[in-house]
Amino acid sequence: MTATAAPRSFQEIILRLMTYWAGKGCAVLQPYDMEVGAGTFHPATTLRSLGSRPWAAAYVQPSRRPTDGRYGENPNRLQHYYQYQVILKPSPPDLQSLYLGSLQAIGVDMDLHDIRFVEDDWESPTLGAWGLGWEVWCDGMEVSQFTYFQQVGGHDCKPVSGELTYGLERLAMYVLGVDHVMDMPFNDPDSPIPLTYGDVFLQTEREYSRWNFDQADTATLLQHFMDAEAECNRTLDAPETDGAGRRIIMAQPAYDQCIKASHLFNLMDARGVISVTERQAYIGRVRALAKRCADAFVTTDAAN
Amino acid sequence: MPDLLLELFSEEIPARMQARAREDLRKLVTDGLVEAGLTYASAGAFSTPRRLVLAIEDLTAESPTTREERKGPKADAPQQALAGFLRGLGIEDAAPVMALAGQPSGAHVHLGGVTITVRDDKKGQLLFATLTKPGRPAPEIIAEVVERAIRTFPWPKSMRWGTGALRWVRPLHSILCQLTTEAGSEVVPLAVDHLTSGNTTEGHRFMAPGRFAVHGFDDYAAKLKRAHVVLDAAEREAIIWHDATTAAFAVGLEVVPDAALLTEVAGLVEWPVVLMGAIEDTFLGLPPEVLQTSMREHQKFFSVKNAATGRIEQFVTVANRTTADDGATILKGNLKVLSARLSDAKFFWDNDLRAVADKGLEGMAEGLSQVTFHNKLGSQADRVARIAALARDLAPALGADPDQAAQAARIAKADLQSAMVGEFPELQGLMGRYYATAAGLPEAVAAASQEHYSPLGPSDDVPSAPVSVAVALADKLDTLAGFWSIDEKPTGSKDPFALRRAALGVTRLMLANDARLPLRTALPAGLTEEVSDNLVSFFHDRLKVYLRDQGVRHDVIDACLAMPGNDDLVLLVKRASALQAFLTTEDGTNLLQGFRRANNIVGQAEAKDGVEYSFGADAKFAEDDTERALFAALDDAEARIDPALQAEDFGAAMAALADLRAPTDAFFTAVQVNVDNQVLRRNRLNLLHRIRAACMRVADLSRIAE
Repeated sequence: MTATAAPRSFQEIILRLMTYWAGKGCAVLQPYDMEVGAGTFHPATTLRSLGSRPWAAAYVQPSRRPTDGRYGENPNRLQHYYQYQVILKPSPPDLQSLYLGSLQAIGVDMDLHDIRFVEDDWESPTLGAWGLGWEVWCDGMEVSQFTYFQQVGGHDCKPVSGELTYGLERLAMYVLGVDHVMDMPFNDPDSPIPLTYGDVFLQTEREYSRWNFDQADTATLLQHFMDAEAECNRTLDAPETDGAGRRIIMAQPAYDQCIKASHLFNLMDARGVISVTERQAYIGRVRALAKRCADAFVTTDAAN
Repeated sequence: MPDLLLELFSEEIPARMQARAREDLRKLVTDGLVEAGLTYASAGAFSTPRRLVLAIEDLTAESPTTREERKGPKADAPQQALAGFLRGLGIEDAAPVMALAGQPSGAHVHLGGVTITVRDDKKGQLLFATLTKPGRPAPEIIAEVVERAIRTFPWPKSMRWGTGALRWVRPLHSILCQLTTEAGSEVVPLAVDHLTSGNTTEGHRFMAPGRFAVHGFDDYAAKLKRAHVVLDAAEREAIIWHDATTAAFAVGLEVVPDAALLTEVAGLVEWPVVLMGAIEDTFLGLPPEVLQTSMREHQKFFSVKNAATGRIEQFVTVANRTTADDGATILKGNLKVLSARLSDAKFFWDNDLRAVADKGLEGMAEGLSQVTFHNKLGSQADRVARIAALARDLAPALGADPDQAAQAARIAKADLQSAMVGEFPELQGLMGRYYATAAGLPEAVAAASQEHYSPLGPSDDVPSAPVSVAVALADKLDTLAGFWSIDEKPTGSKDPFALRRAALGVTRLMLANDARLPLRTALPAGLTEEVSDNLVSFFHDRLKVYLRDQGVRHDVIDACLAMPGNDDLVLLVKRASALQAFLTTEDGTNLLQGFRRANNIVGQAEAKDGVEYSFGADAKFAEDDTERALFAALDDAEARIDPALQAEDFGAAMAALADLRAPTDAFFTAVQVNVDNQVLRRNRLNLLHRIRAACMRVADLSRIAE
C-alpha cells in the first residue's frame, strides 16, 4: 500500500475524504443545520441507522462541546470542531480496509506508520445507543473511532451500521505536522490570501468560551430545554394523519427538538449549574426523547 | 492419528479478552469432542489480535460404536405398556414386537438400529432392547462441535455485523478447520451462517497482506512467522520483555516491571517491535507515579527508570511492525502524543500545586460539598466532617494527637477535587500526600492522605502511623455506621458499597495496632441499639472468617464471643489465641473433660431439683481428702484467675485453670456426688459449680465442640 502525496491544508484533507468516500459510493451530505455535540447526532446517522433500508453517507459535521472551550489557547482543545462522519448500512465486510484506504488517501503512508485497532466500546447515554469497535491509533494517537452500531434509541440495529468518525482537527494536525491547532493552514499556504485555522476560528473560540462558561443565561437555557422537550413530545403526540387525511409521522421535526434539548443540556453543564445527581436525570430526559423519536422513525417509509 | 487445526480469524479482538477466550475455545471444543466419543493426546490454544487458534494432536479418526441395553416390559404385556416402551426407542409400529409374545428366549426382531430380544427372567419372559450407535467419523463430529462452540462462545460482550445474526466479539471473517495426517491434510467441511471452512489464513495486515493455504499446525505456525505473525502470546511477551530490557540496559536504565501491561501489549500486536524514547526534560519533575500512570493508561508505554535516582526518564512503546526507517516515524509520532499527554499531566500538577498554595488543601476540599456521597448520607463534605470528628475521638486511644487526626481527616479526601485525580482516579491518596507535603503539612498528616484507604484487601499492608490509623478507622467506621443506619447492608453476593471489606479493614487495623477500642465506643454516636448490635454481630461474623483463615477454630471463637467485652476485638482475639493454645495442651483437654463432667452433673441436678447450685459450698462439710484438696485448689485458682483476667493475661488465667485439673480428676475418682446425704450432696454440687464458674470466667467452655 502506498500513500498519495501529502496534503497541504486542513481543507484539502476534508476534500480528499469527500472524494474518497464519494468514490466508494457514499452520498456526500452537508452538515446538519443545528448545534450538535458529535456527528452521530446528524439524523443521517442516528435515524438512518434504524430500520431495514440500506444507507451510505459521508459528511462533515461541525460539533460543539461547550465544556471543551479553552479560549483558543490549548493546542488541541476546542469548543467547536469538525467531525468527519461515514455511515454504511449494512456494514460491509471490508470496512476496515475501506477505512485504511481513506487514511492513505489523506497521505498516511501505511509502510511507515503503526496503525492499531484498540478496543473501544461506544455508548451514548443521551441517544440510548451503543456499539462495539475500536479507537484507531496511528503511532499511538487516536485518529478515528470505528463502531458497529448494535442499538440506537433503544432499538436493535438490523442490519448493523458501520460508523467511522474522524476528529478532523487532530487528524489533520498530525498529517500536516502542526503542533497548535490555530497554526494549521486552513487553505493552501500558497494561496493569495493564506488563512490559518486561527484566522478563521480564534476569535470565535474566545467569544464562545466566554459565553459558554460565564455569560449564557442559565434561566433561559433551562426554559429552552423545557420548551424543546415539550415541543418534541407534543409533535410526537400529534395524530398520524393530518387534516387532509395524509399519514405523516413527524419523527424528524421531533428529533430536531431532541437535538436542541441535548445541546442545551451541554450548555447548562458548561455553566456548572447541573449537579452530579441532576446530571443523570437530564440525560435520562434527553434519552427518553431520543427513544420516542426512534420509535416514531421506524414506522416511517424512510426506515423501511 | 490425525491432528486438528482450527483458526477463527476475525477483526481485532480486545486484548483483555484473549487469554480467557483461548481457554474457553480449548475447553468448549475438547469437551465437545470427548463427549462425542473422540479422544486426543494434547490440545493447545493460541491467540493474536486477529485470531483464535486451537491445535489438537492425535485425535481419534472416529468415535467407537456404542451399545446400550434397555430392559422392557413382559413379552405379553398389554399393548399400552409395550407402546410406551417402544415410543421411548423411537419405534411406532408395535406389531412386529407383539409377535414375539410366547416365543422362546432368544427370539428377536431388528427395527432400525434397535434389536428387541425375548429373554427369560425371574418374572417370566421380558423384552430387552439393544440400541446400537455406530461410530461416527471425526470430521462430522468436529463440524458439529466447532459450530456449536462458535454459536455459544462466552464472550464478555459480543456483537452482530452487516446483515447477519451471528454473534462474535468483532466480525468473524474466516474459519480454518483442517485435519492432518501423514498422508496429507483435509478441510473439515462446516458452515456457520455465511462462513464456510477452508484451509487458508492471512498474515500480518500490513507486512504480509493476502491469504495463503496451510497444511497442519507446524506449517501454519511457520508460515505465519514468515508472514510476520508470532502466534503464541507467551512468545510475544518474551520478545517484548527481552528487547525492552536489553534496550534499557544498553543505556544504563531499567524497565519497570508491569505484568498486566505486558500481557495487554502482547495482545495488541502480531509482530512486536520495541522502540525506546526519552521523556522531555520539562516533564521529569512530575512524580514518578504520575508519569507511569499517564504513560501506561493512555499510551500503553512501559516506564524506564534510572535505578540510582528512582526517576523515570525514558519509555518503551511496542509497535506492530518494522519499517524502512527503523521505526523513526512511529517513535516520533508516539513522542508527540506523549508530549501532549504529559503536558496535560503537568498542567494538572502545576494547577493543583497552585491551588494548594492559594487556598490550602482545605480550600481544595471545598468542592466536596457539591459531590454527593450517597443521597441518604449527604455530600462528601458532610462525610469528611463526620470522619474528622470521629478521628478526633478515636485518636487518644491510638496514641495519635487528636488535632492532627482531625486535620488529617479534613484533608484526606481533598485530592478527589484535584485535576490530577479527576484524570487518574487510581492516584487518589497518593496525590493527596504530595499536595499535603507541598502545603507544608506535618508528615503524619500528609501520610494519612495516602494511608487512610488501607488496608484494601486481606493481604494489603496495614498502616501503623497513629494518625493514619485514626483516619483509616474513622473513614471505615463512618461508612459502616452510615450504610447500616439506612439499612443498606450486604446481602449474599451483593456488597455494592464494599462494606465487608470495610469491616475487615477495621478488624485488621485494630488487631495489627493493638488498638483498644471496643466497637460500641468506637462507632459514631447516634446509632440505635438495634443498629449497633447488628453491626457488632456483622463484625463478629467477619472476624470469624478472618480468624478461621488464620487457623483459629470456630468453636474457640464462639466460646470467647460469649464473654463480656466481646466488642473489643483485640481482647477477643487475645482470649481466643490463649484458649486455642490451652486446648492443645494435655492439661487443657483434661480440664475440659473435668469441666464437662462438673457441668453435666450440676446441670442434671439443677434440672431434676429445680434449683440452682451456685452458692454455699463449704469446706467444713468435706469428707474426703480429695474433696478438701479440691476446695484448696479452687481457693488458690480463683485467687489467681481474677487478677490475671484484670491484667488480660489469659495465659496465666488458663495456667491457673490447668492447676485444677489434677485435683478435679482425683475428686471424680474418689468421690460420689449424688449421695443420699442431702447436705453432703448439695455441698458437692455447689463445689462442682465452683469449677464450672472458674472456667466460665475465662471462656464459655460449654461452646467447645465435643
